[in-house]
Amino acid sequence: MFYDTFIGPFAEFEFMRRALAGSFALAFGAAPIGVFLMLRRMSLVGDAMAHAILPGAAIGFLLSGLNLYAMSLGGLVAGFVVAFAAGLIARATELKEDASLAAFFLISLAVGVTIVSVKGTNIDLLHFLFGTVLALDDQTLILIAVNATVTLIVLAVIYRPLLLECVDPGFLRSVSRAGAGAHLAFLALVVVNLVNGFHALGTLLAVGIMMLPAAISRFWARDITAMVLIAVASGCVSGYAGLVLSFHAGVPSGPAVILVAGGIYAFSVLFGRVGGLVRQVFPGRHLEA
Amino acid sequence: MTAQLQFRNLTLGYERHPAVHHLDGPIQTGALVAVVGPNGAGKSTLFKGIVGILKPLAGGIELGGLAARDIAYLPQIAEIDRTFPINVFDMVAMGLWRRAGLFGGIGRKERDDVEQAIAAVGLTGFEDRAISTLSGGQMQRMLFARLLLQNARVIVLDEPFNAIDAKTSADLLDLIRRWHSERRTVLAALHDIDLVKANFPETLLLAREPVAWGSTPEVLTPANLLKARQMCEAFDDEAGACAVAVA
Repeated sequence: MFYDTFIGPFAEFEFMRRALAGSFALAFGAAPIGVFLMLRRMSLVGDAMAHAILPGAAIGFLLSGLNLYAMSLGGLVAGFVVAFAAGLIARATELKEDASLAAFFLISLAVGVTIVSVKGTNIDLLHFLFGTVLALDDQTLILIAVNATVTLIVLAVIYRPLLLECVDPGFLRSVSRAGAGAHLAFLALVVVNLVNGFHALGTLLAVGIMMLPAAISRFWARDITAMVLIAVASGCVSGYAGLVLSFHAGVPSGPAVILVAGGIYAFSVLFGRVGGLVRQVFPGRHLEA
Repeated sequence: MTAQLQFRNLTLGYERHPAVHHLDGPIQTGALVAVVGPNGAGKSTLFKGIVGILKPLAGGIELGGLAARDIAYLPQIAEIDRTFPINVFDMVAMGLWRRAGLFGGIGRKERDDVEQAIAAVGLTGFEDRAISTLSGGQMQRMLFARLLLQNARVIVLDEPFNAIDAKTSADLLDLIRRWHSERRTVLAALHDIDLVKANFPETLLLAREPVAWGSTPEVLTPANLLKARQMCEAFDDEAGACAVAVA
């Protein structure tokens, strides 16, 4: 019974194993990025950028059909253009990053959906918007894994300046010039991971595996290292449980993964150790000192 | 006496409007200088110029052979994100940046140094506390511990005693006196005139233009302070290009 429910689907079906591996790789790359996005108060920026990659991927699709590399390249280029333009504008002017990104968000979505609908079918459109985590082929799986690996390596390189720029930007600029480079590298990582998530979860849900684990981690840890670990773990759990849920309940797998993450998030909001609602309502008796 | 810092007709500002205008003169090695002036007088701007965050609009600063990044800098506490999930130990350890850089490990020796710096400011036992749980005074103590670790020849403090109680101020002043006795050069932006008179031998009174600069009793006269207070804070959008020749 236990085996049939929790292990059987993966032992029996290769597409389930692929989906699981893909989800884990996604969680390892995207969840730490999400934590930094959240701490930099850029949670919605991820959302806006995810939409910005849609027209790029759609143009790739327009030129060469459902080709993995064409769509990835298109998405990357579009994402980079938007990210760097927004980043540079924010650094060089008084306009905040979110303001310059907000405009792109809806325009890009409209452009992307239009292109895909003109060239392809409704199935293609669904593929773009919600991904196909159950249909990851070798190429896609390898691409996702490579991107996740590169993300973790780059994140390790820029970790200190990135962190310091969040806490104490004045101090960082007084000891090092690495701040600007780290910021741009970080934006690039956001794009890479959104394109990554796009293949499995589509443009609308890719942000989910990035931001929900980050939001969850905020309720369980006061330290950034612990937060990153918790975010990755909850991303992996969501991937696994979401696939199990989708297998047995027959619901679409991408939304199932995000729904499980949403469930964990709701639980965390209520029962989280750090600032959860139940703790606030029933804090227990105050301490002696 | 040798000059540690030398301002040469220095003008710093934002979008061509000067916030520090035509500052000239030396800061001697080992000097303990208070920078005094009303809000908007250019104190923070001057410090950002010294540590290299802000490029001069005109003129320059000679650092006596140091790189701008060798200067220890205490930013105003308001510029720090106090909600960020980081603990006291890690925050203080950032003072090791010049030693450890991007990848350098933090070994036993460095850990001991961090512990010592935390002990020197009286925060032993707070190592694992998140910075969001610190009071204003504890926060400032932590930042002084970071300054201690930086072990810099020149230390620039932007309003170190704002909203700090007397006990903490006194403790931190002891550290400043210690730096002074070690012949480090210390500049501090301050608002408390009595505190300056009691502890700082030299004062620069700034109101965008330097109003007076020299030994503290001669600078902080009622006439000079009045003059500084009358400074006009607003930038003039219609202002023409400054006519003073650039040296």
